[in-house]
Amino acid sequence: MAVASDAVTAPRPLDPAYVLKEAGAVAAIVFALSISLVGLKTEDVPGGITVVTRFGAVAIVTVIAFFGRLGLILLREGRPFPVLVTALPFALALFALLLWDQLFAPEIGLRRFLPFGDMIINWLLAIFAAILAGRAAWTFRHEPRQQSAEKREKKMDRVAARVQRAARVVGPLLLGCAIILPFLPIADRRLLDIGILVMTYVMLGWGLNVVVGLAGLLDLGYVAFYAVGAYSYALLATHFDLGFWICLPFAGIMAAFAGILLGFPVLRLRGDYLAIVTLGFGEMVRIILLNWYDFTNGPDGISGIPRPSFFGLPFVRNPPEGTETFHSFFGLSYSPIDRIIFLYYVILLLALATNAFTLRIRKLPVSRAWEALREDETACRSLGINPRNTKLTAFAIGAMFGGFGGSFFATRQGFISPESFTFIESAIILAIVVLGGMGSQIGVVFAAILLIGLPEFFRELQQYRMLAFGATMVTIMIWRPRGLLAHREPTIHLSDEKTPTSHSR
Amino acid sequence: MGYFLQQLINGLTLGMIYGLIAIGYTMVYGIIGMINFAHGEIFMISAFISIIAFLVLGLLGMGWVPLALLLILVTTMLLTSVYGWALERVAYRPLRGSPRLAALITAIGMSIFLQNYVQLLQGARIKPLQPVISGGFRFLTESDFSVNLSYLQIFIIVLTICLMLGFTALINRTALGRAQRACEQDLGMAALVGIDVDRTISLTFVMGAALASVAGLMFLLNYGVIDFYIGFLAGIKAFTAAVLGGIGSLPGAMLGGLLIGLIEAFWSAYFTVEYKDVAVFSIMILVLIFRPTGLLGKPDIEKV
Repeated sequence: MAVASDAVTAPRPLDPAYVLKEAGAVAAIVFALSISLVGLKTEDVPGGITVVTRFGAVAIVTVIAFFGRLGLILLREGRPFPVLVTALPFALALFALLLWDQLFAPEIGLRRFLPFGDMIINWLLAIFAAILAGRAAWTFRHEPRQQSAEKREKKMDRVAARVQRAARVVGPLLLGCAIILPFLPIADRRLLDIGILVMTYVMLGWGLNVVVGLAGLLDLGYVAFYAVGAYSYALLATHFDLGFWICLPFAGIMAAFAGILLGFPVLRLRGDYLAIVTLGFGEMVRIILLNWYDFTNGPDGISGIPRPSFFGLPFVRNPPEGTETFHSFFGLSYSPIDRIIFLYYVILLLALATNAFTLRIRKLPVSRAWEALREDETACRSLGINPRNTKLTAFAIGAMFGGFGGSFFATRQGFISPESFTFIESAIILAIVVLGGMGSQIGVVFAAILLIGLPEFFRELQQYRMLAFGATMVTIMIWRPRGLLAHREPTIHLSDEKTPTSHSR
Repeated sequence: MGYFLQQLINGLTLGMIYGLIAIGYTMVYGIIGMINFAHGEIFMISAFISIIAFLVLGLLGMGWVPLALLLILVTTMLLTSVYGWALERVAYRPLRGSPRLAALITAIGMSIFLQNYVQLLQGARIKPLQPVISGGFRFLTESDFSVNLSYLQIFIIVLTICLMLGFTALINRTALGRAQRACEQDLGMAALVGIDVDRTISLTFVMGAALASVAGLMFLLNYGVIDFYIGFLAGIKAFTAAVLGGIGSLPGAMLGGLLIGLIEAFWSAYFTVEYKDVAVFSIMILVLIFRPTGLLGKPDIEKV
C-alpha cells in the first residue's frame, strides 16, 4: 500500500493510536492476503495433492508490512529520524548477509538469519529498506515539499519533452550502436540473440503504434497479424519452396487483409469494446490455427522453415553439390555466427523501414486523419473525414508490419506453432507501446529494452520475469498514466490559452 | 430429447458460473466505466483458496460435507474479497480520472501479475480435487442414455438462485445498494449528496469478488481440476456474457451468462468441441455489431 499521499510541511503532533491503527490495518490486510496462498501450498503427492504450510513467511510478510507502513507514515508526517535509525542498519545488515552468502560459502549457515528462503525476495526487501532509509535521509536534509500530482506530472512532461528533443541526437547514436554491435568484442551469440529479440519487439511496437498511438484504436489482438504473417511465410515456403524475400511482401499483404477483415466488423466500436473484440479475434485466430489440422498442422506446428539467404547465398556449412554458400562466395571460413549477424541486420533493416515509414506517413493527410479520429470521431465525421476508410487503413498498415515481423519470426525460429501466438504476446507489445508513451517512436525503443532486453539478461530470474513484468506495467501506469515519454508538441499554439485538455478516450 | 435435456442442464450449470463472474464485470463497468481485466484472476484465486480449504479440512478430518461446504464458501468469499479490495486500492484507485487506456493497461498488468503470483506460490501443475458431491437423479432412461441431474448441479443452481435473490435485495433495498446505484448514475453528483464514493467503489469490488469466489468454488467442484490459467478464458467468457446481457445491467449479466453457457454446451454437443470458444467470441462480435447495448442494456448516448 505504498501509495504516498501528499507530504505535509510541518511536523504535527502524532496520534499514536491513529498511526498504530493504520499500520495495523495494512498488516491485517497483508495477513489476509497471504494466509491462504502464501501460507499454504498445494503439493503433488502420489495419488493426489496435499498442503504444506509456510506460516513463517506469512508472519514475516505481515511484520514487514506493519513496519514498512509505519515507516511511510512517519516519513509522511515529517519524522525521518526513527525511520533512518531502524531502516538503515536493517538494510545494511541484510545487504551484508546477502553479499556474504553470495561471495563466500553459503554452507557457513548464515542463511538461516535471512528472512526468506528465496534470495531474490531477500534482495528486494533489502532494496526496499534502503529506499526507505534513503527517503528518510532526504527528508532530513530537505523540508518535505508539497508536490501535487499535477506538478509532478508537469515536471515529468518537461523531462519527456527534453528526451524527445534529445532523441534527435540519441536516436542516431542508438542506431550507430545497433549497427556496429555485431563487430564489437562483447558481441557473442547470446547478446546478438537478445538484440534480435529486442528489435523484433521494437518493430512490432512501431507497427502497433500506427494503430494505437496514431489512430487511437486499442488493439489487443495484434498477435493475430503476427501469426498470420508467420504462417503465411511458413506455409508458402514449405509448400511452394519460395524464399524469404519473395514471401515477405506476401506475408505483409496477407496480414493486411486480416487487418481489414478484423477492421470491418469493429468499425463502430470504441475504446474498451474494441479492445475486447480484438482480443477475441486474436484468440479466434489462435484456436483456428490450433485446430485446423490439415492446413496448419495444428499443435505440432510447422518445422523446417527455410532460413533466409543472402541474395541467394545460404548460410550452411556443407552445401549440396553445386551451390555456392555465403562463406565460400566471400572466401571466408564457415562460422555459425554469420547467420545470426545476418538475421540481426535483417531485423534492423525491417525495423528501420517501419520507423521510416511511420515517420513519413505522419506528414501525409491519412495520418493527420488518424490523429484527428483519435481525438474526436464525431468532429471528424462532420469535417468530411471518412472514418471507415481511415480506420481500415490504420488496421491494414499496422497489421502489415505485424505480418512482416511474423515472417521474420518464422524464419528465425525455423519452427512455429500456435503456442507462440498467445494473448500474452499482444499484451507485451501493447505494453511496450503504451509504456513508452503512445505515439512516441523513441519511447517504444526504451520500453522494449526495458521490458524485453533487461529480463533476457537476467535469465536466472526466469520464474520472476512475468511477475516483474506485470508489476512494472502497473507501477509505470500509476506513476505516469500517459506513458513514460508521452509528450506531444502542439502543432499550433493559441495565444496564452490554457494547455489543451487531453480528450478522454 | 434426452440428449437435448442433458445439454440444457449442463449449459445452465455452466451459465450460472459465468453469470456470477459476469456480475463483477458489469458492476465495475457500470460504476467506473473500466473493464476490470483482472476479475478473471480473482475468480482463479478463489478457486485456489477453495482447493486449499478443502485440503485443510480434509487434513483436519472434517467429514460432514454440508458443514464443510458452508465453511469453505464463507472462507473463500472472505479471503477473495480481500483480494478484490486490495486490487482496487493498489492498482485502480490511483488511476481514477486518468485516461481510460491507462486503467486498462493497469488491469492487464495486474492480471499478468496475479497469474504469475499464483503460479509461483502454488506451482504450475494442474490441481485435481476428488469429487466432493457425487450422485444424482437419473430419469428419461432410454436404451443406452439417461438424463443425469447430479446433486452437484442442483447445488450450483440452487446456490446461484439464492445468491441472486440476496444480491438483488442488497442492491434494491439497502443503503449500500442505493449508494451503489447512485454512483453508477453520476459519481460527482453522488459525492455531492454525501455518499462516500471511494468506499462505495471499494465495496463494489468486494461484492464482485465475493460473487466470483462462489463461481470459483463451483468451477472447482464442477470440473475437479484447476490451474493458474483458468481465469483468462473464464474471464473473457464472463465479460462476453456481461456484454451480451447489456453491460451495467445486473439481470442482464446473469441472462448473458446463462446464454453463453447454453451456447457453449449446445455447440460442443451438436457441432465441434474445439471451436466452442470461437462460437462464443463470434457471438460477442455479432452482438456488439448489431446491438451494442446488449439485450437488456440502456442505450448510451454520447454527447460531444
